[in-house]
Amino acid sequence: MKKITTIAALVLAIPAAWAAGEDSYADFKAMMDASFKTTGIAAKHRMYQLDFQKACSQEKQPSKAEMARIEAEQLKTIRYPADGKYFGDWKQGEKIALDGRGLTWTDKTPHNNGGGCYNCHQLSHHEISYGTIGPSLLEYGKTRGNAEDVVKYTWGKIYNAKAFNACSNMPRNGDAEILTEQQMKHLMAFLFDPASPVNKK
Amino acid sequence: MPIPRRLKAAVMLTALAVAPVAALAAGDKMMDAINEYRELLADGNPSELVAAQGEELWKTPRGPKKASLEQCDLGLGPGVVKGASAQLPRFFKDTGKVQDLETRLMTCMETLQGIDPNKVINERWLKGERENMAALVAYVVTESNGVKVKVDTRHPAMKKMYELGKQTFYYRAGPMDFSCATCHGDQGKRIRMQELPDLRTHEGAIAGWGSWPAYRVSNGQFWTMQHRLNDCFRQQRTAEPIYGSDVTIALSVYLATKANGGKMVTPGIKR
Ligand code: HEC
Ligand code: HEC
Repeated sequence: MKKITTIAALVLAIPAAWAAGEDSYADFKAMMDASFKTTGIAAKHRMYQLDFQKACSQEKQPSKAEMARIEAEQLKTIRYPADGKYFGDWKQGEKIALDGRGLTWTDKTPHNNGGGCYNCHQLSHHEISYGTIGPSLLEYGKTRGNAEDVVKYTWGKIYNAKAFNACSNMPRNGDAEILTEQQMKHLMAFLFDPASPVNKK
Repeated sequence: MPIPRRLKAAVMLTALAVAPVAALAAGDKMMDAINEYRELLADGNPSELVAAQGEELWKTPRGPKKASLEQCDLGLGPGVVKGASAQLPRFFKDTGKVQDLETRLMTCMETLQGIDPNKVINERWLKGERENMAALVAYVVTESNGVKVKVDTRHPAMKKMYELGKQTFYYRAGPMDFSCATCHGDQGKRIRMQELPDLRTHEGAIAGWGSWPAYRVSNGQFWTMQHRLNDCFRQQRTAEPIYGSDVTIALSVYLATKANGGKMVTPGIKR
């Protein structure tokens, strides 16, 4: 696991709001430590925060400067396809977008995860069961075209959404190894292919 | 628990809840249909049977001490059940802890009946002593149906738990970087077709906190609040919270405090 800071280490970096309450933060740390256990693939160390997760765990967002710093750092994690090919099969992409499974303690393996895109986004003309935590991506390819910068940005957003919005609600599908490169290529095709129901009525 | 009464309506709603969504003409139509069935069920809550089993259990001598729970003090004095769950969680002098309904019931089971709390803590959902717990909970919360949430926000131990609960609410962790606020920190959002209460607000908290524990029509199960929170942590992709652990109490204090003054509709009926 990379970039893990232990909760213990975090005590050294108490956010300003807690400056007066070092004890409270110690209490919080002790509570979290005593309250969780490993079940199946969901190991207890999941409760330790990455630096940016911690910065984004307040009622209010961090300062603009802090957000920019996190975004610059997250941008460095993005790996673009080595073969330069961004698009797989949109039909497989659609299945991945619909599949919200993976990474819970009732899942057998940390691999074979879905993208869960429909949990948060409207995507296609025919699927009416979609969530609204993220913006609608209906007609994504049709409205944005497929210029290189658009394609690269979209890949980057799927790979690590935090590179463009430090405290985004969207998971880091590539960086956190939720999806494989191949799965992300299928999703790209789903978003951009003119024949995909995202773009075609 | 299988529910024989009102079976027909329940089965219809079950079928609806699991039917492929695409088969329905429109999403709103499905929400309407679900709300309609919910109303239909409201005057015959399928939890009634579970609550009846719980009342029976409450009065039955059990455990090594062969005692009933009739002397259990849920905060309003020994044996007082009416309105008791509406003022939980609260600080209890005898245990020196803030307790929710389930951890308090564990205390009563231990002290009055001699039943080891680990029999509940280490059990699986809806099995053994945890199934008994669910029945007891159904009984107790039925006695607070329509009562206003009234938790003590002044006690220092409660204040502290509130702060810890708030910190937990915004605590992002795990492979998906989620916190409770990711799914419950905005107005009018949903995941697929499931509406998400904004638990930061009084309205959202009373809709969420005030309608749990609940009967879940989609799987025909009665779920306690511990069960609800456990499943949200599962969806959050964190490690598993230990049954009755402080993190679950802290979140409950946070939610109940936000819900204070609102009316409990318990047990609730859910999708
Ligand atoms: C838990 C919520 C969530 C999930 C799951 C999610 N997203 Fe997002 N997504 C968002 C949010 C919120 C935004 C808005 C920008 C931001 O805050 O990062 C967004 C933005 C985007 C954008 C950029 C849109 C734009 O106009 O710039 C793309 C593309 C995208 N998501 C694709 C996906 C795909 C593909 C998946 C599935 C693999 C996915 N999202 C899963 C929440 C989510
Ligand atoms: C990834 C999404 C997600 C996360 C994270 C999440 N929840 Fe939930 N929560 C849901 C969904 C979906 C429901 C609706 C339940 C259902 O119908 O299955 C729900 C329901 C609830 C309810 C009952 C609301 C009602 O009106 O019935 C409460 C209370 C609740 N969640 C609290 C929490 C708390 C506290 C946390 C953090 C520990 C949390 N949730 C984290 C998705 C989430």
